[in-house]
Amino acid sequence: MSELWRLTAHEAHEGLRRREFTSVELTESVLERVAQVEPTVNAYITLTAELALEQAKEADAKLAAGAATPLTGIPVGVKDLIVTKGVRTTAGSKMLENFIPPYDSHVYENLRRAGAVMIGKCNMDEFAMGSSTEHSAYGPTRNPWNPALVPGGSSGGSAAAVAAGECLVSLGSDTGGSIRQPAALCGQVGLDPTYGRVSRYGIIAFGSSLDQVGPIGRDVEDVATMLNCIGGHDPRDSTTNPEPMPDLRHYLGRDIRGMRIGVPKEYFISGMEPGVAARIEEALGVLASLGAVIDRDVSLPSTEHALAVYYIIAPSEASANLARYDGVKYGFSDRSAPSMWENMEQTRAKGFGNEVKRRIMLGTYALSAGYYDAYYLKAQKVRTLISREFAEAFARYDVLVTPTSPTVAFPIGAKVDDPFAMYLNDIYTLPASVAGLPAISVPCGFSDGLPVGMQIIGNFFDEGRILQVAHAYEQASGFKNQLAPLAAG
Amino acid sequence: MALTRDDVLHIARLARIALDEAEVERFRAQLSGILDHFQALAAVDTEGIEPTAHPLPLANVMREDAVQPSLPRDEVLANAPLAEDGYFRVRAVLE
Repeated sequence: MSELWRLTAHEAHEGLRRREFTSVELTESVLERVAQVEPTVNAYITLTAELALEQAKEADAKLAAGAATPLTGIPVGVKDLIVTKGVRTTAGSKMLENFIPPYDSHVYENLRRAGAVMIGKCNMDEFAMGSSTEHSAYGPTRNPWNPALVPGGSSGGSAAAVAAGECLVSLGSDTGGSIRQPAALCGQVGLDPTYGRVSRYGIIAFGSSLDQVGPIGRDVEDVATMLNCIGGHDPRDSTTNPEPMPDLRHYLGRDIRGMRIGVPKEYFISGMEPGVAARIEEALGVLASLGAVIDRDVSLPSTEHALAVYYIIAPSEASANLARYDGVKYGFSDRSAPSMWENMEQTRAKGFGNEVKRRIMLGTYALSAGYYDAYYLKAQKVRTLISREFAEAFARYDVLVTPTSPTVAFPIGAKVDDPFAMYLNDIYTLPASVAGLPAISVPCGFSDGLPVGMQIIGNFFDEGRILQVAHAYEQASGFKNQLAPLAAG
Repeated sequence: MALTRDDVLHIARLARIALDEAEVERFRAQLSGILDHFQALAAVDTEGIEPTAHPLPLANVMREDAVQPSLPRDEVLANAPLAEDGYFRVRAVLE
């Protein structure tokens, strides 16, 4: 059985169920692919091949016993800020180079219970701070469509692994676009669930009012299957929605005739590449041909402030969350100085990379005496305005459609020394994050041979509706299962 | 918003991050530049607008105050850079 790594998760599930191949064979095929392309892509920080083969054997037993779920025996990648008991979890930081978690995160627990097979821990910008995966202490991930380019970030490893065939589906995390933007730049489907849909128990914290875990896959069905597995109430995260989550696969294959789609004009600004604009126009044409009612006369005037709001609130929350890295309880520790305070300052100086230090300092400043009202409190108030405008829009529209990113993948090194230019990558993904809304990025064609993504934003806990629109579009457009044309290295 | 060298040193002290001279200047320039981009927020009318700390209308979530199992101490301390007799060990806090 050759090249099983090319299958989507649902195709592989069918094959496993029909005994056409075993999970061990599927896993071996993915591990062979990893051995071939990983020297080029660097999608993983830690590979867990032995564990994967063990889990595959268990999955085969489950399959034989007729106790399989849609993820039993399916090779997955897991972003390296999702803690995994006994498996090193670094968050892309030198600070956690030797950290072996003593417990499992909620999402990994669910994946294990479903019988998934973990191939490894995916590369990421350090503590999820970045839009290119260049801010990783373990080297940048390269875009499988062109290794000279970034895969996006911060879940760049999770997106690149799926695009390169180094796993069938993966988990990433999204704080301001960190699932959607890399999914777009790597030609994959990425879903950022509603804040409160997925438990953050065991997720290394960045911005606690923004962080959500979500799936990346080669098609909409795989993403729905993954969210079915990880979503729902968890008493260990009191921000999770206590209402039961509907079966999201129920929304696939339904037509979108009469669906009201708003297209906010603030997302069509100067700075967007013409190739991106053209693909979005074509995609809107496809949605209209499917019977959706497209309204271009939509305005969300506070959109332009989302970037400032986000880059004040997220670093502020990060400055508090990352205070725990003190060299005492776990992680890197510099004990060269004779006093505790100096130890702490040296530990943080040597353990954190530049972008993390920059954001901790930015957040510390925004929260400091004399500046709190002007920055943090002001940002929280404008956050209210952004949320209100979305609420008004969702009274009139079922979903909103925008580009995911203003550009296609850019060269490694192009923006790494200009923090603000890097932050501008997130302008289309930040507003939904700030409002806590669910949003998906689906592939909608190519510009200069590189993938372009379309973002579909939904109302609170309305993942079903955005999956319905995404699936209808995917079926009509044919933009799915886009493996990057990456030669074995 | 031009930060001074002293501003940067003050922030770094609050954040407990030691900086070398080159970093002080680099962060001074970069943070000043980023803060400039935030100035537009000042012009937004937020009179009477309540701040949002959290996107969901969730109130406090209560549970029974019952004893629950915690992680085994040995497994937790296995990640500690320095531990002794079941405790984390640090250098003297008081000099």
